[in-house]
Amino acid sequence: MSGTKLLMTFPVTATSHTLADYRARGGYGALKKALTQMKPEEVTHEVTAAAVRGHGGAAFPAGRKWAVVKLNDGQPHYLCCNADEGEPGTFKDRWILEHAPHLLLESMLIASYAIGVRHSFVYIRGEFDLPYRRLAAAVEEAYQAGYFGERILGTDFACDVAIFRGAGSYVCGEASALITSIEGKKGYPRNRPPRTTVRGLYQRPTVVNNVETLANVAEIIARGAEAYKQVGTPKSPGTQLVSISGHINRPGVYEIEYGYPLDRFLHEDCGGVLGGRALKAVIPGGISTKVLTGAEAESLTYDHAAFEKAGSSLGSGGMIVIAEGTCMVRLLQVMLRFYHHESCGQCTPCRDGMGWLHRIIDRIVAGQGEPADIERMYAISRANDGTTICGMGDAAGYATVAILDKFRDEFDYCIAHKRSRLDGRLEVHDHA
Amino acid sequence: MKHLIAEFELLKTRLPAGVESSLVLPCLRRIQEERGYVADSDIDGLVDYLGVPRIQIEEVLSFYTQLRRKPIGRWHLQVCHNVSCSMRGAEPILDHLARKLGVAPGQTTPDGRFTLSTVECLGSCGTAPVVVVNDTYHENMSIDQLDALIEGIA
Repeated sequence: MSGTKLLMTFPVTATSHTLADYRARGGYGALKKALTQMKPEEVTHEVTAAAVRGHGGAAFPAGRKWAVVKLNDGQPHYLCCNADEGEPGTFKDRWILEHAPHLLLESMLIASYAIGVRHSFVYIRGEFDLPYRRLAAAVEEAYQAGYFGERILGTDFACDVAIFRGAGSYVCGEASALITSIEGKKGYPRNRPPRTTVRGLYQRPTVVNNVETLANVAEIIARGAEAYKQVGTPKSPGTQLVSISGHINRPGVYEIEYGYPLDRFLHEDCGGVLGGRALKAVIPGGISTKVLTGAEAESLTYDHAAFEKAGSSLGSGGMIVIAEGTCMVRLLQVMLRFYHHESCGQCTPCRDGMGWLHRIIDRIVAGQGEPADIERMYAISRANDGTTICGMGDAAGYATVAILDKFRDEFDYCIAHKRSRLDGRLEVHDHA
Repeated sequence: MKHLIAEFELLKTRLPAGVESSLVLPCLRRIQEERGYVADSDIDGLVDYLGVPRIQIEEVLSFYTQLRRKPIGRWHLQVCHNVSCSMRGAEPILDHLARKLGVAPGQTTPDGRFTLSTVECLGSCGTAPVVVVNDTYHENMSIDQLDALIEGIA
């Protein structure tokens, strides 16, 4: 098994998501500890000391984000939980929402206490059905039990939570776009500075944290930062929920302790590549992270430093396994169609660039590519770097460049022979 | 939409005061849930009720892919065709549905029963391929299972 667990610590049953079961597991004990034994700044200090990094993709230290918000500055602060999980390949927050909604709510209450929040929000993607129903039911249970509202646990602390459902927009998973969406507008990202922690929702200091990042807060408070840091590696304390899909025998959500060997995870925990094939490539953390070849991936341990050294990142933990025999030209076509579809249209390099990339890859796949198309794709991808308001434009470019760099021969072949060397195959069958 | 106002007022109780603009998306979702799409009269009603500019509502309606200005079929079949689903058989499923129903993605059958759509990643990559029927996820779908599902609702 993939190391120590912090979140997936209980057997999933028909009732394990309910308040009664959560309390039986010691639930809302960390909230009580925070409210009755700790000052708000001590909570923030503990989360900062635990050095938990953001699990949404950017890996920004959560405590440092919180510390920017000044208590008693005479204005309201807001907390937004980012449950707009939409990075292709990622489905780990869904596990928390479906199976541990109270862990998230308890953690949000602790975070709200630490940063002086009276009104908090969960922004959940519009397509999520069961996760929304589970979370909504948990919110009602929590209100009835007095965990939300006025005088929580008999203290002066008061906090409300509202669930906000998206309506189909990838870019709303970006923190500032998420805020714009909660304000009732089309989900355009905003320029920084000011950062959202300075001026966010309704122009007030706002912390936006990913579901999994927040879910760790209750555990940090319950154990204390020192004990929490015993898990994982010195630079990446804790664990990550990894959602693994693609050509793998046992897809699903796994909790990996940072530092765990990736080849063991892939070949033992997840049962190896589908059909017993060789591992061609791994997209490590959602399609916006740079692809690794099979050999690169198998040599890594699962932690931020190792992946950064290999030129990629852990991203959102959405790992996609690609077997030998898969056509990378078609794979990039699917990715670029997605980016083109989801570009919000605010920044020219992304709005036009994604359309150009999509059209070029379509014609390469159709056997009408020109040798100069590869250089065109590089140039368009690089033109996005640092020229767009949000990270989507850059990330789409990086992901494209990584695939072109590592699988260039397949693209050259497709252009020269007017067909895919691998018959455009994306599926690999068990019996193959 | 006027009969939904009591429900919208309840939503306000857990929000900070004076942020009517934030109700745009929840109200539109609720209206569509009931009517199947958002009509001109709904926009008029929301402009009155929330006091937000009409253009804001129009922008929201055109920005978010789940919101509709026109009715669709009784059953909305949404096939994810992103990376992980395509790697696990979404493309043959989409072709099969298009052939079986005689419509291309984005179209509705002439009898108004089925609308076929392609959608991007729904967070069902580990249980791919996924077909969402109205709001319900049907995961690990095969063509046979899909046929049975459609026979069941046809």
